[in-house]
Amino acid sequence: MTDKTVITLHINGRAHAVSVEPRRTLVDAIREDCGQTGTHIGCEHGICGACTVIVDGEPLRSCLMFAVQADGKKIRTVEGLANGEDLHPMQRAFMEHHGLQCGFCTPGFLMLAVGVLERDPNIGDEDLLDVLSSNLCRCTGYQNIIKAVRAAAKEMRK
Amino acid sequence: MTAHAKPASATWVGRAIRRLEDPALVRGDGHFTADLPATRWVRFVRSPVAAGLISDIDMPADGLVITAAALKGVKPIKPMLHKFNYRPIAQPVLASGQVRFVGEPIAAVVAASKERAEDIADQVTFSFRDITPVVDIPSALNPAMPQLHAEAPGNVVVEGRMKTPEFDAVWGAGHKTIKLEARSHRQNATPLEARAAHAAYDAATGRITLTCTTQMPHLARTAIADLIGMPESDLRVIAPDVGGGFGQKMSLAGEYVVLVWLARKLRSSVAWAEDRRENLIAGFHSRDQIIVLEGAFDANAKLIALKADVLANVGAYSCFPTTCGVEPLMAMAELPGPYDVRHYQCRARGVLTNTCPMAPYRGVSRPVLTFALERLMDKAAQAFGFAPEDIRRRNLIDKFPYTSATGLVFDEANYKQTLEMAVKAIDVSAFRARQKKARGEGRHFGIGFATFSERTGYGSPAFAARGMEITPGWENVIVSVDPSGGVEARIGSSPHGQGLRTTLAQIIADEIGVAPQAIKIVHGDTDRTPYGWGTFASRSLVISGGATLIAARKVRAKLIKIASHLLEAAPEDIVLADGNAKVAGTDRAVPIAQMAREAYTQTHRFKGEIEPGLTETGSYDPPGTFSNACHIAVVEVDVETGRVKVEKFLVAEDAGRIINPMIADGQVHGGVAQGIGNALLEEIVYDEDAGILTANLADYLVPTAHEIPPIELHHMETPSVNSLTKAKGLGEGGTIGAPAAVINAINDALAPFGVSIDEMPATPQRIRAALRKAGK
Repeated sequence: MTDKTVITLHINGRAHAVSVEPRRTLVDAIREDCGQTGTHIGCEHGICGACTVIVDGEPLRSCLMFAVQADGKKIRTVEGLANGEDLHPMQRAFMEHHGLQCGFCTPGFLMLAVGVLERDPNIGDEDLLDVLSSNLCRCTGYQNIIKAVRAAAKEMRK
Repeated sequence: MTAHAKPASATWVGRAIRRLEDPALVRGDGHFTADLPATRWVRFVRSPVAAGLISDIDMPADGLVITAAALKGVKPIKPMLHKFNYRPIAQPVLASGQVRFVGEPIAAVVAASKERAEDIADQVTFSFRDITPVVDIPSALNPAMPQLHAEAPGNVVVEGRMKTPEFDAVWGAGHKTIKLEARSHRQNATPLEARAAHAAYDAATGRITLTCTTQMPHLARTAIADLIGMPESDLRVIAPDVGGGFGQKMSLAGEYVVLVWLARKLRSSVAWAEDRRENLIAGFHSRDQIIVLEGAFDANAKLIALKADVLANVGAYSCFPTTCGVEPLMAMAELPGPYDVRHYQCRARGVLTNTCPMAPYRGVSRPVLTFALERLMDKAAQAFGFAPEDIRRRNLIDKFPYTSATGLVFDEANYKQTLEMAVKAIDVSAFRARQKKARGEGRHFGIGFATFSERTGYGSPAFAARGMEITPGWENVIVSVDPSGGVEARIGSSPHGQGLRTTLAQIIADEIGVAPQAIKIVHGDTDRTPYGWGTFASRSLVISGGATLIAARKVRAKLIKIASHLLEAAPEDIVLADGNAKVAGTDRAVPIAQMAREAYTQTHRFKGEIEPGLTETGSYDPPGTFSNACHIAVVEVDVETGRVKVEKFLVAEDAGRIINPMIADGQVHGGVAQGIGNALLEEIVYDEDAGILTANLADYLVPTAHEIPPIELHHMETPSVNSLTKAKGLGEGGTIGAPAAVINAINDALAPFGVSIDEMPATPQRIRAALRKAGK
């Protein structure tokens, strides 16, 4: 359990060679071994989605994956969304539509929404609501998150 | 022009500008407590039993494990209330000899990594001599049951009683009485970020910096220094970005005290990040109440007298600083609600059980008391054959200021107008037609009302009236312009999602003519901000906002004096705008940055008439103000399964002047969502041994995007003389009204079956049980 394995995590285009115990979750490795603390931990049992990142194109909960399972895979986190000073349309839309308050769930929602829209740019409103109901927010009541994601979806289709 | 700029003639206040908080948060650049690296990690070992005497602790030889025995000299948490037969009870920061709830911390394990700390914690075992646990309110009051604390006979820790002078005569006068027992089950505020702390030791000064998820950094510092017996100046408390609080992070966590003690002892940095299970079992609970409420109505359905018996299950200890009196005593003070009722009697008790301590959660007692009172109103409406909106019209206060039967002064407002605004917007008669038609087709829609007022922004006298030893009422704000022209406000409030950096900047911007985007608001650091009470109780925009306005006006006055010297013009001709002081009607102007520089570096030019520097303090301690609202929920109940779908939710609210409409609406949305969760889903469940059954988010259900309907908002703005900015607080209102509106709507939907659901959450199981009992 405590013998460490050396793996490489490709996070936002940068390779991080880290040595982790087999039991280390991906989210702990991202935050503590790679220093990318924008991804948050809300429940560690796969319900809240605060730790959502995109792994090889799929949004997933990084608390439910071991770091060793992500060895060699391409991982995108909230820190990789903006292009320098230029925010991603999803980030802009969350600001414009007040889709965040405390901001703790926000990185997870951003990665969930971006991951799904990149895969399915024309996703219908009902399906989008289904997707967004997989993450929890305790501040906003979701209305503005839904508005923001719909607005960003339009922008991303342009 | 977008909403984020403004025309020259307009004010920043009242505009929906984008939040200044957001750019960092959407980039993942926020600083949350658990993001800090630490040398050592702490894991708390928690009691697996609800009640017992610790007879033995078995610890692994190779780990650093701290128990109460090591913490000699650290005082227990012992909050005080000087009224209402309050019995001071103490909570050791680590259980000492006895455990009183599942999840109570007994030992702290320190190790080089989180994983190692957890491994060691798993090897710490205890032996207990069992005590029969007191599980709920009835067993707490059973004389045959054990007493949790010697200081609190009969497990009653606080008891308030009040009766208006003519109550008995009026009560016996033959009015029609309506009675109900309203039950609210236990809930957890569930901020998405669980609690966390990081204590760092500075070898050069011996100081400790505690970074933690608190809503009250200054009081946390005072309290922790007191308990440890260290000079307060040796402790700095930082509340960085905090991932939601909702009251749960207002109460002092004993764990923080242990962290500071460890950092001093080990001369090292130590960190603790609570997991979700710990948060759900030990991170404070709330709302566990039984209210027996009886109203006496005259022939016109006017409420003449109200009688209440409030029992709050406060758990095993009393929370600091509010004490566990906060729920029962707030219920006693505020139960008459927004209605004109002159005769009132109440008994309100807080009882101890072997469950997690109760602490404030958004709305505190008011979601429960509003639920009870609004159920009473609907039952009375039914008994008199009136529509729910009609009985409220007959009873809402309509002359202001109004002094309530409990002595609260309701400031200027229009309670009936918010009701009418909501009724008009929802089109009740169209709904009734649709409801009738649907019933014919076997579908059951209901509409539910809740009218209420929300006491917000109250200063120290309100806390003193409760007999609190600590009266967290006032706020100080320091507004300064540095020699480069940078504007900064340092505040004692501690926002964590409420957008206060933006709204306070808007207030300052209008006074000194600098855009809000250029103004920095500094909060959450006891080294950098003036002492203040933090963010809770819908107070920050009212109280810190008022203090900010006072300070900004002083800065404005000084800038005008300086400009009048530099521009050789009369002060009344100076206008501050767009970062400049100008002489009205001319092109003569001087940049504020230049004036700021001279206020520090060229003081001789002002001939002793202006004090050096450009820093001013504002202090505000207001009497308090009442927002009010009418909530309307439309639901459909599936009578076969008991499932409730909230189809629509409407809020008509008067929170005085709205500083930033976007932020105000966001607060209402979020509050309503929590209220809907409280109404339908959220329940902490204990078994018969006081073991907790809802220790993860698959069992403790908070609403997702699916459960929250579109929320339609209507505002009116009645300015209050009790708030300098004319703004009233609105952070809690959504949560206060929504449970009553939703459950009244369920009852309306189920009216044909003659059932009454008076419990929250109204789960499918409870709805089905009621329908089964009614033969359906």
